[in-house]
Amino acid sequence: MEIKVLGPGCAKCGEVEKLMQAAVAESGIAATIEKISDFQQIAKFGVFSTPAVIIDGQIKCVGKVPTKNEALAWLGKMGLAQTSTEGKK
Amino acid sequence: MPTNNHDKLPSPPPFAITGKARYLLTGLGGLGLWFTLYLQLAPFSRFFTSRLLGLDPKSQLGEMIEFFVYDTPKVLMLLTLIVYGVGVLRSFFTPERTRRILAGKRESTGNVLAALLGIVTPFCSCSAVPLFIGFVTAGVPLGVTFSFLISAPMVNEIALVLLFGLLGWKVAALYLGTGLLIAILSGWIIGRLRLEHYIEDWVREMHVNLSDIPDENLTWPERFSQGREAVREIVGRVWIYVVLGIGVGAGIHGYVPEGMMASIMGRDVWWSVPVAVLIGIPMYANAAGIVPVVEALLGKGAALGTVLAFMMSVIALSLPEMVILRKVLKPQLIAVFVGVVGCGIMLVGYLFNLII
Repeated sequence: MEIKVLGPGCAKCGEVEKLMQAAVAESGIAATIEKISDFQQIAKFGVFSTPAVIIDGQIKCVGKVPTKNEALAWLGKMGLAQTSTEGKK
Repeated sequence: MPTNNHDKLPSPPPFAITGKARYLLTGLGGLGLWFTLYLQLAPFSRFFTSRLLGLDPKSQLGEMIEFFVYDTPKVLMLLTLIVYGVGVLRSFFTPERTRRILAGKRESTGNVLAALLGIVTPFCSCSAVPLFIGFVTAGVPLGVTFSFLISAPMVNEIALVLLFGLLGWKVAALYLGTGLLIAILSGWIIGRLRLEHYIEDWVREMHVNLSDIPDENLTWPERFSQGREAVREIVGRVWIYVVLGIGVGAGIHGYVPEGMMASIMGRDVWWSVPVAVLIGIPMYANAAGIVPVVEALLGKGAALGTVLAFMMSVIALSLPEMVILRKVLKPQLIAVFVGVVGCGIMLVGYLFNLII
């Protein structure tokens, strides 16, 4: 799983990065977390309120710090969604 | 500390019948408790100073302590209530939604709308750049985008609450009105000047896909929890500045001689307004700390226009924000932005020194 945290580097963005790390550790899912702070790259994702979280190319939240439960739900549901689409293929 | 009453729900929510009565009761109860407590603050500060500490309320120390003991909880309580209300209100206005509203608008109407939306759209200055890119690439005119970018930091609920709490509703209303006017007119002027070529090239060449951000459909309990979250985050962050600011203000009240500020910040000193604006630009204080000091200066003979201009300059023209905006704007456009907004603030300063 590929997690991207988008944010120019304010306090909130750091908070989100830590939260995602904690969520990944707690769920035990294998995932990479990448912090993207370049404005040009952020804009390319179509995101314009930061911090934002993108998981496997899908925008999960913009402009706020998610709760830990939300983050865990994304990790869990993402896994299910992936297996189901793979099954259809 | 009165900041602890986070859990009250100020407005009765018209939603699903099941929890409705419970929310209404909690809300009204909380609000009632808030007002009861609020009305006790003035008698308590008098009691505290003269009875408990045995100080003469006319003495310098007595005056200072009474000011501090009254104003600190008062301002913190007002702040908690308003930040909660604005937090709930903001759950209706995401930047994505604001962009959709502004995208089809022409100038003039667009400037007014943008300035108004700047108040209620959640915004932090660190996301000014992504927001700028998002607006411009979606076809929001440059001037309209600027109206938003000027209004969002300038007209903020913290400044309004503190002005209301310490200087009364008239000054708060003046600040709100002139702040909006500056945002609308500055944006309009920047739009008229046709400065689109001073946006950095990579922004203008950028094509972003706009559609794949899901709209959040929040329930009322979720909106209330956003209000509580706003209180936790904003009041938790600024309370120390409020206390420090009121402390400094109390010191000025008690010890700085009456009329001392008149010679440097009084209305007859013509140069004080531009100097106030210039000093305000590199200062990056938040409204929470600066209003109490401003209030105390006013009491010592500083003119209202000068002091308002200083405040606006500190809040609306910040050096760090300009450094960030430099990534998407060429220096010429930043200069125009600072010039236009700075002139607007100076006009407001002179205007109030003249009429009040």
